[in-house]
Amino acid sequence: MQSLTNRSKQVSKKEMTFMEKLYLPAILGGMRITLSHLFKKKVTVSYPEQKRPISEVYRGQHVLKRDESGAERCTACGLCSVACPAEAITMTAAERKKGEEGLYREEKYAAVYEINMLRCIFCGLCEEACPKEAIFLTDRIVPTEFERGDFVYGKDKLVEPMDKNLRVDVSVRQTKGVLEFKQHPQYAHNKLWDPNKAIKSKKSAH
Amino acid sequence: MTTLIMTSGFDWWPYILVVILFLISLGVAAYATYAERKVAAFLQDRLGPNRAGPFGILQPIADGVKMFMKEEIIPNVSNKTLFILGPAIAMLTALLTGAVIPWGPDVVVDGKVYRLQVTDVNIGVLYLLGVVSIGVYGIMIGGWASNNKYALLGALRASSQMISYEVAMGVSIVTLIMFTGTLSTAEIAQQQHGFWADGYFTWNFFKNPLVFLIFFICALAETNRTPFDLPECETELVGGYHTEYSSMKLGFYLFAEYVNMFISSAVISLFFFGGYNFPFMDQIDNQLLVSLIGVGVMFAKTVFFIFVFMWIRWTIPRFRYDQLMNLGWKVLIPLSLVNLAITGLVMYFTGNLE
Repeated sequence: MQSLTNRSKQVSKKEMTFMEKLYLPAILGGMRITLSHLFKKKVTVSYPEQKRPISEVYRGQHVLKRDESGAERCTACGLCSVACPAEAITMTAAERKKGEEGLYREEKYAAVYEINMLRCIFCGLCEEACPKEAIFLTDRIVPTEFERGDFVYGKDKLVEPMDKNLRVDVSVRQTKGVLEFKQHPQYAHNKLWDPNKAIKSKKSAH
Repeated sequence: MTTLIMTSGFDWWPYILVVILFLISLGVAAYATYAERKVAAFLQDRLGPNRAGPFGILQPIADGVKMFMKEEIIPNVSNKTLFILGPAIAMLTALLTGAVIPWGPDVVVDGKVYRLQVTDVNIGVLYLLGVVSIGVYGIMIGGWASNNKYALLGALRASSQMISYEVAMGVSIVTLIMFTGTLSTAEIAQQQHGFWADGYFTWNFFKNPLVFLIFFICALAETNRTPFDLPECETELVGGYHTEYSSMKLGFYLFAEYVNMFISSAVISLFFFGGYNFPFMDQIDNQLLVSLIGVGVMFAKTVFFIFVFMWIRWTIPRFRYDQLMNLGWKVLIPLSLVNLAITGLVMYFTGNLE
């Protein structure tokens, strides 16, 4: 039979020599190798004290952004939950009442917004789908919990704080290149949102 | 209390030494579990346990507490008496062997001699062999009483392996006894005084390295360490003879292995590497200092051999069972017999045979 590669070797069944039968030289050779590893640099990363560098655009825990005046950007259009391949996002929309203009940017807002972190695969499609620049993935890591239910993150955990100093910085994910990319016909829904304005608002927020 | 001990005619020293030895054996075994994990980690480019206390030195305590807190299960179908007896025997025999090992030269304080050996029986070597072979019962009884196929198979493997390697070990010890001419462990230690005498090394290793090699391989097999750890071969036998054990009864089995390893290392350093003797010990005038260094040297050698045991464990894969039996019966026993014959002939022709 013709071999696929030229790397195949004929198995040799030759008798072992006396030195090979002794095994001791081979065992000592092995022990020499393991001993040399005793003095090698350890590869362990002592996690909480020492962290592996992660990318600036790491896809970790989500954040629901507020605009510069502190109003929630999300308008509960549901595009993120449609885009979500893991079906992790659910929301309930509500109408903005008079006097709530400072709280919600649009006339419709998400009264309930939940992401099930056990279902989420952190693909970032929600972020891409969002026409309001409201949801972003951040470089924060989702912490562990003891109960299953605790992994369903509501608005209390997702929406960023009102205090401007505590806002979550997503400027590295919102480069000009990203905005230009969003001009693609596939993201036609984004045309409702003026990219130049978005850059300005980002700059003013941070 | 101390004055009472000193003034009363009864010699309390051996009993105090027993307690000290008991505590040291358990302490060394506890820290051997920690060392095992550290050595394994370092040989594999990892850091090992380092969270409990500085460098993780409290890890054995955490492990011990965990072992005690676990639920203790005695299977309904097991033979309850024997089920409890198994780990007890394993632990007992592991601790018994330390009694005949001289841990250092005699310490003389205020004219009173404190021997660092619990008892110097004139058949110390035989005592060692005897107690070690009782150790098989701990594993056999435990495995049989569990009423579990895997445990039984593990116990069978363990007992046949230990009995097979005891033969080669016995013959190699006979060779050792032949050229030392004594069965007393204290005398074996004294014969290896210093390091160099009459133009040759005094340590038994240099007199007959082959005996050491056979004894060392057999010691690995006797303590069920890799590459001879078939009794607890997880892939084939679940957990081996301790499959049904939980809580501290399991802990006793695992602990007994480490105590055995400590004692085996001590025996190897005593029989072949001079025990408490060290080079240039005669140049030191202070007898007390010699004794103290001697104890330190003895423990240093022991710790080194514990390290070698671990080093081997994390280097060599396990033997197949037929390879194990081939090595035991077809290689080590003939080799030790030939070694015995050659040693006898050499002693006869050099006129060392009395």
